Amino acid sequence: MDTPIQRYNNTAMALHWLVALLIFAAFPLGIYMHDLPLSPTKLQYYSYHKWIGITIMLLVIARVVWRFTHTPPPLPAATPRWEVVVSHITHLALYGLLIAIPLSGWLMSSAKGFQVVWFGVLPLPDLVEKNKELGELLATVHQGLNVFLFLLVGMHIAAVIKHKFIDHDQILERMLPKGMSK
Amino acid sequence: MKSFLRVVLLSSALISSFASAVEFKQVQANESTVTFGYKQMGVPMEGKFAKFTAQTSFDPAKLAKAQARIDIDLASIDTGSEEANDEVVGKPWFNTKAFPSAGFVSTGVKALGGNRYEATGKLTIKGKTLDVTAPFTFQANGTRGLFDGVFTINRLDYNIGEGVWTDVSTVANEIQIKFHLVLIAAPNKK
Repeated sequence: MDTPIQRYNNTAMALHWLVALLIFAAFPLGIYMHDLPLSPTKLQYYSYHKWIGITIMLLVIARVVWRFTHTPPPLPAATPRWEVVVSHITHLALYGLLIAIPLSGWLMSSAKGFQVVWFGVLPLPDLVEKNKELGELLATVHQGLNVFLFLLVGMHIAAVIKHKFIDHDQILERMLPKGMSK
Repeated sequence: MKSFLRVVLLSSALISSFASAVEFKQVQANESTVTFGYKQMGVPMEGKFAKFTAQTSFDPAKLAKAQARIDIDLASIDTGSEEANDEVVGKPWFNTKAFPSAGFVSTGVKALGGNRYEATGKLTIKGKTLDVTAPFTFQANGTRGLFDGVFTINRLDYNIGEGVWTDVSTVANEIQIKFHLVLIAAPNKK
């Protein structure tokens, strides 16, 4: 294993880890805030959740643009064909979900009559009219998509563990800054 | 000479009453609205009161006699969200069990020029009465008179939203109250 590790560039790493961090903030916050009794704190949490979600959506769009304009570091030559296929599908689904989930939340917010004002400053347009049934449908969609996200992120992390501790390859190192791995 | 003067006075009184023969009195409840706007975490929200009664008499030619009294059934509030509707009837907000209605009673109306006027009056919410000034426009359309106005109150002045809700960074202090009243003219009998 003396060949130099081919890493993602700084932009790709920054986007990956920032989005990861924001998901780990927005996801539990979304579950927690839902059952809170109405209070100023609840209103704040909902706003933070929406701000984080819209931020994730924008960062993921940037990631997709990066992905289309760059070639990611190659997978180890020994990677079985099925792993290549599954990893591509998983990544594609993650990108899709990380755009679809915030979008469904934004639409739900509009349908429930709450405009999204990003960071309390930038009002986003209401793409749908206020509509109770649509709001409830979008809430179900938002939750359902998050179940998929939970499963896929779990798979993503399980794959990292497998590559690191079972395959002993350098898949993880591709996404780590130089100082963090030997 | 005396009787002549009396005739002149009488007829001029008659003429002036003819000139202002319309007085807008009958509020059309199904066409009139009382709505309000506020900001929550920077998000503009709209709400309305479904039930209110209004007794008004308004004759643009006799502003000194203009009167308005509006009583709002606070439990009929729609804040724009169901969860908030359940919340705001409670003690920290309107406490509708103790204070079922809010009321406005005019103390005067003055002309601001054109179709613009300004009503002053006393607004009572949750047992507190404060002076308010509400600019409005008036448009007569045949026998229909349209009144449109908006004024701002600070909710904390009336203790609307106590305890944790006094935090105005989540629910703003300023509440814009908008009224749109449709009145039908009644012939002036006097």
